[in-house]
Amino acid sequence: MRGVAPIHVAAAVKRYGAVAALRGVSLDFPAGRLTAVLGPSGCGKTTLLRAIAGFLRLDEGRVRFGDDDVTALPPQQRGTAMVFQSYALWPHMTVFDNVAYGLRLKRVPKPEIAKRVGAALALVEIGDIDAVARRKPAALSGGQQQRVALARALVVEPRVLLLDEPLSNLDAKVRQRLRVEIRRLQRRVGITTVYVTHDQEEALAIADRVVLMSAGRVVQAGTPQEVYLAPATEFAADFLGVGTRLEARAEPGVLVLDETRQRLPYAGAERGPVVVVLRASDVALGGAGATLGGDLEESLFLGDRWRHYVRIGGAMLIVDGDAPRAAGPVRVSVSAARLRVYPRQGGSSC
Amino acid sequence: MTRLIARAAALAVAAFVVLGPLASLAVWSLAERWTAPSPWPQRFGLKYWNRMLTADFLEPLRLGVVIALVVTAAALVLAIPLGYALARLPFPGRALVLLAFLMPQAFPQLPVFASATREFYRWGLAGTVTGVVLVHLVGALVFAVWTMAAVFRALAPELEEAAWNLGASTTRTFVSIALPLATPGVVASAVLVFLYSLDEFTGTLLVGAPFVTTLPVYMYTASQGYELQIASVTALVLMLPGAVLLLALERFLKSEYLVFFGQL
Repeated sequence: MRGVAPIHVAAAVKRYGAVAALRGVSLDFPAGRLTAVLGPSGCGKTTLLRAIAGFLRLDEGRVRFGDDDVTALPPQQRGTAMVFQSYALWPHMTVFDNVAYGLRLKRVPKPEIAKRVGAALALVEIGDIDAVARRKPAALSGGQQQRVALARALVVEPRVLLLDEPLSNLDAKVRQRLRVEIRRLQRRVGITTVYVTHDQEEALAIADRVVLMSAGRVVQAGTPQEVYLAPATEFAADFLGVGTRLEARAEPGVLVLDETRQRLPYAGAERGPVVVVLRASDVALGGAGATLGGDLEESLFLGDRWRHYVRIGGAMLIVDGDAPRAAGPVRVSVSAARLRVYPRQGGSSC
Repeated sequence: MTRLIARAAALAVAAFVVLGPLASLAVWSLAERWTAPSPWPQRFGLKYWNRMLTADFLEPLRLGVVIALVVTAAALVLAIPLGYALARLPFPGRALVLLAFLMPQAFPQLPVFASATREFYRWGLAGTVTGVVLVHLVGALVFAVWTMAAVFRALAPELEEAAWNLGASTTRTFVSIALPLATPGVVASAVLVFLYSLDEFTGTLLVGAPFVTTLPVYMYTASQGYELQIASVTALVLMLPGAVLLLALERFLKSEYLVFFGQL
């Protein structure tokens, strides 16, 4: 096994014609850790992953694995292993041949290939190894194909493991289970891992570090807790969790909502036109302290909680609670500590 | 009841349109004597089918099959790499290259082959097997290149990227991943080209005459000499490989190839 290397991406720029997919991305992926790159589709996260794998050439910037500058290397010489969204298992080969492919390329002796393929399939907990190894990928379930794809990537002991939306083609139950297993597996093998996903819950649950991207730029990077609890921008606050944006004006000690002129006490430093992001879990129906008035239009039962939709002017505020509530005028309490206020810009997400 | 009759009638019409000419060929191939006023041959027999076993007939058959095999091999050797390049590399003028292959088909066959023949005379290729192979390749490459390009475009690029990612060279990836996965398309392409060459008439006659005689040319000569029986036997024999191979082809030609067929 080669040493575990961190990945450094410096000032990466990639343009497709007039459209820039990456606009100066600089990131460090710490050695042996799992970093989730999170963002809406089209934000550049897959482009970034493909640039690390070497499938595309950057217009500007460098990619280094530890001290190795791999920017100019073709994918064959980078020593990464990628798990594709579609798994990209070769349908004309058996599971064994799929997993053995990388080892045969390295001219590993036959008996050792058999041993290592078996070990890799055992590592991903495929079940009856001998039976599965003889089958073609099409005869396996989606979850099993995913495990084979992981085994094919891990068996070559790569410097870097790259996962491109690896769970997005699976149903919710299998996804939940495999998420935990990938996490455990990554801890065990300790390979520097980049995990691209658009699913915020998946990213927060699985990662040591989360990188949030939007429109070809890094919005925020940090631990899952930092990124979720202290979103750096309006985009980050709006993208993570379920919430509502309200436009307001910040004045000393008070926020005045633009539409309804309702007021909330405010201790922050912003002034002028702002956006207030209120997460559904941070507001509640009724209660004391700072409140906003609105009309409850709908309550949906989500199993473990109720989700209320409260109209305040033109905005629909989402409020989670424990009990159903009849439609009509309500007060919504807002905890001052959870107020997320950002200067209003013309900026957009991607 | 009326629906049943209508369906039976429709079937009968269809059968007549499809099988009528074939039946006429079959009757002609068995007629040893058939003079004008009689609606039916005076004497039936296998005399002309037995002629199939003479060199007159077997030599054109052998030559036609050899030419078709050479044309198929040459067309695949050219079309597989070219089709792959057209499918994968975003080089400028892709559409132009595909169109260039279509060009000879866009004009009436006769003038195209006639002018080809004139050129071939200058190069000493007229009346040679090489000349016939070349003139067949002009038409065959259209089928082969367009089919192969469509087949390779139907392959997900990740399948090859996954191999590069594990360290496989471009050549190795092509040989171990792209080509095996394209096999159904290669077979389909080969069948189309083989049948095209076996049945090709205009170019063979113009370029090959008088020294290169394949079955279609033989059939033409026979019918010109009012040996309709010989022409009928030849026609029926020529139909056989087409029917068999096209039935087999149905298994290989996947509908998803058609999605990409002809996309520039």
